[in-house]
Amino acid sequence: MTGMVETGVLGAKVEEKLFQNRYLVDAGRPHIKVRPHDTPSKALRSLTYTCPAGCYSLNDKGQVEITVDGCFECGTCRVLTAKTGEIEWEYPRGGYGVLFKFG
Amino acid sequence: MIEERFDAIVVGAGPSGNAAAYTMAKEGLKVLQLERGEYPGSKNVQGAILYANALEKLIPDFREDAPLERHIIEQRLWTMDDTSYVGMHYRSEDFNEERPNRYTIIRAQFDKWFSRKVRDAGVVLLCETTVKELLRDTHGKVIGVKTDRDGGTALADVVILGEGVNGLVGQRSGLRSELKPDSVALAVKEMHFLPREVIESRFNLKGNEGVVIEAMGTITAGMTGTGFLYTNQESISVGIGCIVSDFAENGTTPYGLLEAFKNHPSIKPLLANSECKEYAAHLIPEGGYKSIPELFGDGWIVVGDAGQFVNAVHREGSNLAMTTGRIAGETVVWLKRRREELSKANLAEYKRRLDETFVMKDLKKYRKIPEFLHSNKHVFGLYPRLVSAAAQTWFRVDGADKLTKEKEILRSFRKGRSLPGLIGDAFKLARSWR
Repeated sequence: MTGMVETGVLGAKVEEKLFQNRYLVDAGRPHIKVRPHDTPSKALRSLTYTCPAGCYSLNDKGQVEITVDGCFECGTCRVLTAKTGEIEWEYPRGGYGVLFKFG
Repeated sequence: MIEERFDAIVVGAGPSGNAAAYTMAKEGLKVLQLERGEYPGSKNVQGAILYANALEKLIPDFREDAPLERHIIEQRLWTMDDTSYVGMHYRSEDFNEERPNRYTIIRAQFDKWFSRKVRDAGVVLLCETTVKELLRDTHGKVIGVKTDRDGGTALADVVILGEGVNGLVGQRSGLRSELKPDSVALAVKEMHFLPREVIESRFNLKGNEGVVIEAMGTITAGMTGTGFLYTNQESISVGIGCIVSDFAENGTTPYGLLEAFKNHPSIKPLLANSECKEYAAHLIPEGGYKSIPELFGDGWIVVGDAGQFVNAVHREGSNLAMTTGRIAGETVVWLKRRREELSKANLAEYKRRLDETFVMKDLKKYRKIPEFLHSNKHVFGLYPRLVSAAAQTWFRVDGADKLTKEKEILRSFRKGRSLPGLIGDAFKLARSWR
């Protein structure tokens, strides 16, 4: 889960929160993809802080990347970029992805 | 291909899908239910409060074995600024009744229990199965679904979509449009564990009594949203949610907002020494009445969050989900008994029945509220600050006489919002509430 160090107003590190969660990762088959781009739209860039699992980050070229391992499948990123169409969003295959113990 | 033909296919094993499947199977219909999670509840997140009334209409004796946490005897409504809260608390011994009205629950456990009842009623449940699209005949009538299992199609007379807020099947089949960022909230929550005696002494509870706190104010950093804290038997659910477009404009991370809420001086002591065992997030449809999509068509019905059935003002959703699911199921049973087609014209009966329930009546009553809350940010920042400052001025004994204090409070409101502004906000709220 590299590239997921996003800090909140009190320096909350999201990866420390995700540590407690259970996931069944579908290795090599990410269910969300960022389409190739040169410069991200404002909406796409916003995902680096709106994603509750901190899945999105900026690379050194200023492009938005995703690591889906911590994803909650909440849909926030899909809703925010629906107009620009910059991401492809599918549910993980049946059984894969987040497994809430409590929900 | 699942060879057997079903009377109905239900997509999703949350409260709405379970209510629909249970209702139909109880009346002898052949029902297939498809759930993408490993087990029912594994993809679901809620605060969570269970409203007994909606479940009683399905399973009258649910209290005998449902995994209930605490029945709610005290409701706290807080408006918060950075250092304070002003609260309205209602606690009553009347809530210690034989058949309590509201309970806290843990959704993953509750959904498993509900699903057991559904299967016992005769429903065939397939988990780890994601529905990809609807199958239609040459006239466009929905006749089944295609899943992500090999050759995984299944046929039925009607498909009930209880697929939740992110209802991709319905969206991508053109039944409804994508969610709008300003009419959907993102909520994050954590589960904090504590010994039950600690929870009971911290909240002044005995046995399975419970307290819930709903909070608004500067905790949402100027965004439209609310925070909550619910007591379970041996854990506390704590969370906060705001409108998605507000998060995008504001720049605050959801987890940063949750940390700040947990560290508020009024919340922190309630969570002291607890162990966090899960961090979760989910969307909540909050557009209300105006966002309700088409609810039925030839061979299909929409129930629960997929149909935007959430009363954001009263924090109700699971009861609307169970009620819409039950009524969809009852409508299908009724049409089947009369040997009627499950056509669009006949399924309009679902909407007619819903219109007679609290679901549609409440959503209609509050149809202007989502817009009011989204366009009146004073409700989430300025007013909580003013109310807190007024309370402090009033309660602090500092040698100033009471008339001077009254004038100071009035002046602070006029200065903060101006008299026309105050009157305008009150007028707009009253008009939206009607």
